[in-house]
Amino acid sequence: MYRSNVLVCGGTGCTSSNSLTIVHKLQEEIERLGLKDEVNVITTGCFGLCALGPIMVVYPEGSFYSMVKVEDIPEIVEEHLLKGRIVTRLLYQETVEDDTIKSLNKTAFYEKQKRVALRNCGVIDPEKIDDYIAQDGYAALGKVLTEMTPDEVIQTILDSGLRGRGGAGFPTGLKWKFAAANDADQKYVCCNADEGDPGAFMDRSVLEGDPHCLIEAMAIAGYAIGASQGRVYVRAEYPIAVKRLQIAIGQAREYGLLGKDIFGTGFDFDIELRLGAGAFVCGEETALMTSIEGKRGEPRPRPPFPAVKGLYQKPTILNNVETYANIAQIILKGPEWFSSMGTEKSKGTKVFALGGKINHTGLVEIPMGTTLREIVYEIGGGIPNGKKFKAAQTGGPSGGCIPEEHLDIEIDYDNLLAIGSMMGSGGLIVMDEDNCMVDVAKFFLEFTVDESCGKCTPCRIGTKRLLEMLEKITTGKGTLEMLDEMEDLCNYIKANSLCGLGQTAPNPVLSTLRYFRNEYIAHVVDKKCPAGVCKELLQYTIEKDKCFGCGMCARKCPASAISVTDYTAPGKKKPAYEIDNNKCIKCGACIESCKFKAIYKG
Amino acid sequence: MKSLAELKAIRDKARAEIDLRKENPNAARVLVGMATCGIAAGARPVLTAFVDEIAKRGLTNDIVVTQTGCIGICQYEPVVEIEVPGEEKVTYVKVAPEMVPKIVNDHLVNKNVVTEYTIGAMTK
Repeated sequence: MYRSNVLVCGGTGCTSSNSLTIVHKLQEEIERLGLKDEVNVITTGCFGLCALGPIMVVYPEGSFYSMVKVEDIPEIVEEHLLKGRIVTRLLYQETVEDDTIKSLNKTAFYEKQKRVALRNCGVIDPEKIDDYIAQDGYAALGKVLTEMTPDEVIQTILDSGLRGRGGAGFPTGLKWKFAAANDADQKYVCCNADEGDPGAFMDRSVLEGDPHCLIEAMAIAGYAIGASQGRVYVRAEYPIAVKRLQIAIGQAREYGLLGKDIFGTGFDFDIELRLGAGAFVCGEETALMTSIEGKRGEPRPRPPFPAVKGLYQKPTILNNVETYANIAQIILKGPEWFSSMGTEKSKGTKVFALGGKINHTGLVEIPMGTTLREIVYEIGGGIPNGKKFKAAQTGGPSGGCIPEEHLDIEIDYDNLLAIGSMMGSGGLIVMDEDNCMVDVAKFFLEFTVDESCGKCTPCRIGTKRLLEMLEKITTGKGTLEMLDEMEDLCNYIKANSLCGLGQTAPNPVLSTLRYFRNEYIAHVVDKKCPAGVCKELLQYTIEKDKCFGCGMCARKCPASAISVTDYTAPGKKKPAYEIDNNKCIKCGACIESCKFKAIYKG
Repeated sequence: MKSLAELKAIRDKARAEIDLRKENPNAARVLVGMATCGIAAGARPVLTAFVDEIAKRGLTNDIVVTQTGCIGICQYEPVVEIEVPGEEKVTYVKVAPEMVPKIVNDHLVNKNVVTEYTIGAMTK
């Protein structure tokens, strides 16, 4: 029995800042001081506070060390683990208050969170099935198989009010009910782990931190709809997730939690992995199934819906990773427990990946109905460098921007749709005054143009034309009429595209046109980019009366566009400089070099 | 896996390790003095004895064993302090691993302080 557990985050975020080297160094130091039998080092999944990685937590004290460096390890091991003196200097400073150390759950980042889908992330070792079982893992599967009928399982999920966490928010229980109602010799349970929204990584974190919860939930779904086969479609770009999922499936088979006659009830279920090549369209359900079948990942028209004819033309359900991560908890704690969280029409919690201009970049799980303001300013710790909030982008390339006036909106599926955005899989990118909204719309549209599979014309050609118009606007060649044309084209693409990719691709453009039309107008009428992002519309100018004539900017300028003038400002000793805008490449090196703040852009 | 009982057996076995990673504000705390004086006087086997005894009795969720620094009575090391929420702190001195089961049983389980091991008895 170990007296102390040291948890080190092994999620993708922390591993890329070297947490695995930290694990090795820890083990080495622990061995050296003869603590091997007393202290257990565990590599866990994501803690969520990725901005502060690598993260390391020592129990039973619950000491939260942040931004740990390999050089700090000998000190932490010797002082904390050997002598019991917490190295306060290296702790996450928000947990240190005067002389006492407060619990992590009392910090701003964690206090408002409610971890359901992420409950095991950062707690268990994802490569040990026993750790998962210790947290009541597979107890829900046991309960379902021995005490409940498939109809009761579906009813429980229906009653809980759980809706699809992939973004569209279709009631999960209903999906299961449709698939259960269709008779077939073979049915399939699929999991969509093809997380493709730029900035979203909640599914990856669940796979990396708690892979067994997915396996258990898929087996429960299999029992509910009468399927014996499961497929997880996960992108090959998630190597850690793939590896841990493979380990987990292997362990579950070894324990007989996958395979034949599970719990001696005669129920058979097994899961296979399918690796996706990272095409965004394969997150669309029909394209995903086509890809699993080994064909080119293109969507097909619906109906028939997957519940009737899905994978290999058999009745199929497809749910997102985060959706599955809630299932076992709903079975164990009851649908009332789940539906007690959230808003009237959106129950439970939602995981968001916070990114962009925010202090606490990372993963947060909050009850539905939490306001955007709470997420950005309390949990997220506000915007760096005292900048002003401009918008939050949710739903990735399918979603839209939420402006400041809607900061107090309670986040749920329907509220976000009403203001022209969508839940999406849960990416939440915060933008400040330095972001140009036209440029943001262009960024997302470039992504969808790249990712459009090309099967249907509205999406293939429509998004391309839309992008061309945006490019004209950001280079000063736009007209006011173009804004109306863009709106028409957006609505046309939405109405006529075959699948969700095209139907939602214009959303970033539409929502920025709706809330930030004045920025578009500044681009087309004044030929200015108010945020100073669109290079073609920028001009750098030296304010001659502020210029001391030091010449630093002229030396830094890579295009030799700055030269001395014959004007000397009153009170200055040397003549001022000026920029030749025909030669200027708008790199901004002069602004950075000027000590007197005499250069401005605009 | 052929039965729920089998699953439960694995769960119970694995649970003690996981309990260590939960913060239970109502847990009783066993603080073992692990400064140089404590370690020199043999505090480490005492600490391990507490950990093992508590795990053996399945009390990992209710009792936290942790280290602390020197509290200034080096001549009485190994020193162990026990804090039960809502009760006064009790300080045991010159603790040996053999005394641990009795302290756990009498004090932590049955709520009777083992007076003869406390600092009060020692300084009389």
